Amino acid sequence: MLKYTIKRLGQSLITLFIVVSAVFLLMRLLPVEGYFGDGYDKLSESQREAVLQKMGLLDPWYVQMGAFYKGLLRGDLGVSTIYRKDVPVLEVIGPRVPYSMKFGIVATCLALIAGLGMGVSMAKNKGKGLDKLWTGYVVFVNAVPLAVYLLFIQLYGTSLLDLPLLFDKYMPSSWILPAVSMSLGGIAGYAMWMRRYMVDELNKDYIKLAKAKGLSQSTIMVRHVMRNAYVPMAQYLPASILMTISGSIYIESLYSIPGMGGLLVDVIQRQDNTMVQALVLIFSSVGIIGLFLGDLLMALFDPRIKLSKSGASR
Amino acid sequence: MIRGAMMREPLAAGSESAEAIAAKVDASLFVPADFDANAAERGGYSDYSYWRSTMRGFLKNRVALGFLLLLGALLLFTFVQPLLPGQKSPTHIHIDPATGMQYRNVAPGAEFWFGTNTIGQDLWARIWGGTRTSLMLGLLVGVAEMLIGITFGAIWGYVRRLDGVITEIYNVINNIPTTIVLMLLAYILRPSFKTMVIAMCATGWLGLARFVRNQIVIIRDREYNLASRCLGTPSRRIIVKNLLPYLVSVIMLQTALSIPGTIGWEVFLTYIGLGLPVSIPSLGNLVNEGRQIMMSPELRYQLLFPTIILSLITISFYVLGNAFSDASDPRNHV
Repeated sequence: MLKYTIKRLGQSLITLFIVVSAVFLLMRLLPVEGYFGDGYDKLSESQREAVLQKMGLLDPWYVQMGAFYKGLLRGDLGVSTIYRKDVPVLEVIGPRVPYSMKFGIVATCLALIAGLGMGVSMAKNKGKGLDKLWTGYVVFVNAVPLAVYLLFIQLYGTSLLDLPLLFDKYMPSSWILPAVSMSLGGIAGYAMWMRRYMVDELNKDYIKLAKAKGLSQSTIMVRHVMRNAYVPMAQYLPASILMTISGSIYIESLYSIPGMGGLLVDVIQRQDNTMVQALVLIFSSVGIIGLFLGDLLMALFDPRIKLSKSGASR
Repeated sequence: MIRGAMMREPLAAGSESAEAIAAKVDASLFVPADFDANAAERGGYSDYSYWRSTMRGFLKNRVALGFLLLLGALLLFTFVQPLLPGQKSPTHIHIDPATGMQYRNVAPGAEFWFGTNTIGQDLWARIWGGTRTSLMLGLLVGVAEMLIGITFGAIWGYVRRLDGVITEIYNVINNIPTTIVLMLLAYILRPSFKTMVIAMCATGWLGLARFVRNQIVIIRDREYNLASRCLGTPSRRIIVKNLLPYLVSVIMLQTALSIPGTIGWEVFLTYIGLGLPVSIPSLGNLVNEGRQIMMSPELRYQLLFPTIILSLITISFYVLGNAFSDASDPRNHV
């Protein structure tokens, strides 16, 4: 287990390094105007050069990258250039992290509970009305773009349920719609997976044997079916984290939640290069860490995964 | 078999004697056949045809057929609409001759079928123009992803030495949320049609490549392929007859799903401000324009009409992709 963890950790770190370098180099391709804000036209040529010189943007790329990594190791991601001028990026992002985390965790839990429940009820009523109804829901969520149906939930959900249109941290009822919206995709994913899993599993021989032994339905479910469901579930978890990240960017901006996703949309619209770079790095890191934890969980749960031999390429 | 059953029946009834039956039998049927070299070599034969079975399976699905008709009509109309008489230009700003003002936010009516938008452009024409743009984008990205995905997937699956390397590359790219890659690419390149295509192709081919690779790895060493190779079947035939049918279903599904996916990403990127320039009508731009004025109920038609068309298209592609994938999967063929 330890050996596997170390190997997988090394792999994640290499991935992280490649991603950070790639993002940094790509950001160097952008025109330098982005670092000046509105005042670009007012500055003379020599003033512009002085600013760029001060920011180190005229150095060759490897010097810039060295300086960037040195800063990164000290936990310094640079200063914002436009969004909040000359304020360190981490100071801008810091207070926003708890909002994103809370919403992410609530949405993931909601998706897990509601999705699995829905999947079980679909499998139990296979081919009947309830199954068809939920299948329709899954098709709708998967087929209609997220950007469209979430907009309508905000538009009609707020007026029908008399909920506030925008997020307000002092009003708990304004949490409901964003959290539910964020979990909708996850619910569909978990429900579809659970349904297929249950239908496959209940036809297997070991379940027939358990039934023949006279075990009660609930014992079979808890001791056999669910016990085997942990492994694929752990496998699905990272994907659902990645999906929640995508959703959160849109939803936070839609409801004006002061989280990181909404911030990313803001700084993209205002072309604050250092902020975009920092947020992209943070989101990619969250994705990489999520997949890493998912793989560890899977190894922990599944006795069949051989940890020493080429487990990673499977 | 049928002949046997027919002959047994009268015997069971006991109404005819053995001689009477013998008289009826055509004696020429019982002459020993000549030796035929071709017939001796002939194996078991079935009139199974992959594409015919696929079509039969697909036609059985009534819901999918309905969506196929709907989508066909929509596609046809989208591309025929500008040729019809009396259609307006999607970008022309209509000006009231009496007052010299623009026709702003005119409600749907006889002159403007779907009304006009906030600057006086005809919404009906804009919707179909936007659908054309978005569909072109979707089809282009879908085909490009298919080509890239199949090529990479085939190399990945077939060339064993490259397996490890490509798997590592895949792991790196797959670890980053798609949204982030898309946003970063669209941010770095200038907003244009080309940027959109590049950004979406950069992320979309991964899934297909992995599916193709997994299928090839699973199938290439199966016994029936080994048998075909031992019997000297040419590689081309092995690929076309043994491998391709297993891949068609996955490839078609991924391509069909990438079209609504692309349309959805376009809406999302437009919302962030990284979409197509506002001068090009697209579904993303229309939804975004509608979103900005959605708080006034009498103007909501500007959001509703584009989203209805958009949802019809994406749902049709999704349902059709799944139905075709089920029908073309050889494991579902009887």
